[in-house]
Amino acid sequence: MYIRTQMGHQDKKTTTKASATERVQLGLAKRRRKEERFRKLSFAAVLLSIGFLVLLFASIISNGWPAFQRTDILLDVHFDQKVLDVNSLVNANYGKLVKQAMRDVFPEVTSRRDKRELYRLVSSGASYELQKMVTADPTLIGKTVSLWLPADDLTDMLMKGKIDRSLPEAERPISNKQIQWIDQLIAQKRLKKNFNTTFFQAGDSREPELSGIKGALTGSLFTLLVTLVLSFPVAVAAAIYLEEFAPKNKWTDLVEVNINNLAAVPSIVFGLLGLAVFLNFFGMPRSSPLVGGMVLSLMTLPTIIIASRASLKAVPPSIREAALGVGASKMQTVFHHVIPLAMPGMMTGTIIGLSQALGETAPLLMIGMVAFIVDVPGSVTDPATVLPVQIFLWADSPERAFVERTSAAILVLLMFLISMNGVAIYLRRKFERRW
Amino acid sequence: MKKTLLIAACLLLASDVWAGGRDYVSIVGSSTVYPFATTVAERFGKTSSFKTPKIESTGSGGGMKLFCAGTGIDSPDITNASRRIKKSEYDTCLKNGVKEIVEVKVGYDGIVLANSKKATRFNLSKRDIYLALARIVPDPKGSNGFIENPYTNWKEVNASLPDIKIEVMGPPPTSGTRDAFDELAMQGGCKTFPWVKALKKSDKKKFKTVCEALREDGAYIEAGENDNLIIQKLEANPNALGIFGFSYLDQNADKIQGAIVDGVAPDFDKISDGSYSISRSLYMYVKKSHAEVVPGLKEFLAEFSSDRAWGDEGYLSEKGLIPMPEEERAQVGKTVKELIPLQL
Repeated sequence: MYIRTQMGHQDKKTTTKASATERVQLGLAKRRRKEERFRKLSFAAVLLSIGFLVLLFASIISNGWPAFQRTDILLDVHFDQKVLDVNSLVNANYGKLVKQAMRDVFPEVTSRRDKRELYRLVSSGASYELQKMVTADPTLIGKTVSLWLPADDLTDMLMKGKIDRSLPEAERPISNKQIQWIDQLIAQKRLKKNFNTTFFQAGDSREPELSGIKGALTGSLFTLLVTLVLSFPVAVAAAIYLEEFAPKNKWTDLVEVNINNLAAVPSIVFGLLGLAVFLNFFGMPRSSPLVGGMVLSLMTLPTIIIASRASLKAVPPSIREAALGVGASKMQTVFHHVIPLAMPGMMTGTIIGLSQALGETAPLLMIGMVAFIVDVPGSVTDPATVLPVQIFLWADSPERAFVERTSAAILVLLMFLISMNGVAIYLRRKFERRW
Repeated sequence: MKKTLLIAACLLLASDVWAGGRDYVSIVGSSTVYPFATTVAERFGKTSSFKTPKIESTGSGGGMKLFCAGTGIDSPDITNASRRIKKSEYDTCLKNGVKEIVEVKVGYDGIVLANSKKATRFNLSKRDIYLALARIVPDPKGSNGFIENPYTNWKEVNASLPDIKIEVMGPPPTSGTRDAFDELAMQGGCKTFPWVKALKKSDKKKFKTVCEALREDGAYIEAGENDNLIIQKLEANPNALGIFGFSYLDQNADKIQGAIVDGVAPDFDKISDGSYSISRSLYMYVKKSHAEVVPGLKEFLAEFSSDRAWGDEGYLSEKGLIPMPEEERAQVGKTVKELIPLQL
């Protein structure tokens, strides 16, 4: 286009042929420069976005990595018969055993105030662990056992270098004496950083060292299961009807426009709908993965319908015609020939819809899934929370040790997402047919 | 076919469970009480044979709305509040059949204005706070009229304050912290002008707008309910001040410092004995009718009001709750034990 106008211009002016080439060549350099500039700019854009991505991952990983380790204290716990009454093992004072064990390590600590500070080095979770052990095996009573018990989150933070020792005592959450004791414990090899199994085995907790992701992970799984069970059959059926059976008229056009619009509705709206319909009208249990899954399936339905319709459209008409030609009914054509070919696309769409649902918090806020829940849910009607909500709740907690756990939870969520997308890619590769 | 069966099974299971009632305590309400309520709930769940209570952080106002929506197993048993129940909320409760509400005072919380340790510590009076943050302030020229807040620098508010732009991050109006801040700090500062104080009697509505409306020209920044975010921003910007609950200052004492208000620095003892003036009471409201129905509710309340929880050296004080004096604890403890309903 550019060249042609230039030439036309030249004709009118009746310039010589040589100077025309010259002008074209001049323009050529300019065009090359333009292209070069555009290329560099777009390359810079790519670099910038990769840079941000690297920065994001680096900060999350460097913040979250330490959360996969936890400091434990080695204590010689004497399961004292006087403290543990066989008849009421539930109500026994297990904290006393832990305190006694700490006093045995530091016999020189005598004043009441110092003892309180000393006990703070161990997590309050240590006594729960003892309780669990004794309930499981009452023959322990009367014995002395060396155990690795969880340390307090402040001890943990100091071990990980998150608390600056050089600060004046008043500005540190941990006192000089406590640091001295911790150093003694390290010298006696009684403090060790172990792999944090609690993080994968426990539900939420107010004590960072006892908190875990299992509750939220299970909640997410249950919620996604309900979403999948509800949205996949409905969406696929809707897509098949619209694509294969429905007559093309104004009515189906209207339905199509509405489905596309629904896909763009902000997710909080679905939460409000869930609150009004599922909770207030049907009286379903608040905070349950059942209701969460129902709300999220409303949200993912349009996504899956659109993806399924696209993959049905991509099946060439010759397949249908061939099936019809050998005498198959419309139904047989669709179910025996079209759907198997469209299935990989439908499944990919479903998984993408589900990964979108996995990251949602806004609609769940309205139906009470943003809550502090300790017990790991056992069914779809138990109160539960989901991974992104757990991240939000930890990010909002005052304790410093939750910062690393927030990042660690983000890592778990990302792994979950990446593996789901991996499955989508695998399915597509495995079953995709090309013509 | 398989899927239909699965759905049917799911629904059957679900209907079966929620017809049977609830076997855990359901709690909603204030995000300020949330850290304390969750601590008690967790201990309770781990040391008793009952399930761990479920706690939603909805804000004081949102909690009241859910709490007062009705009685019955699908409504919450307890709502937490960082202020007292309002008369209007109480009336809504009564209208919806929530007749007997037990009020449990939990303890105190201080509201602090804090800035980064890199900057100098502020020494404010409530009047300074009011003049720096109110939308309209008394005319500095002396006439008994109001003008739009003209101050942009702390030095203009009070010559003894540092030469820094006014920049304060705080909670949005839905927060209980904001309610308490408006009432205690802003109104407190407002009342230091005698003729404005007189307005309270003559024109209550005007008094409220004059004293409690915060400026909207960017000097006061609503930073959302996430107090950790405010702390991060304070670290990055040493000139800014932040408003939040004492427990956040307590946990981040190495990064931020609380401003001295009316000559008193916010610390544990000063808030506890009442000499730090911007402090408020925290409450729990319990439905008496649920005490017999929901398993574990009474026991949970007993755990909350035990000395090892809310006592002077209890585990809640480690989380930043400021305990009530012993006599008051005994008195509230009695209300809890006998479930004496509130009369308004």
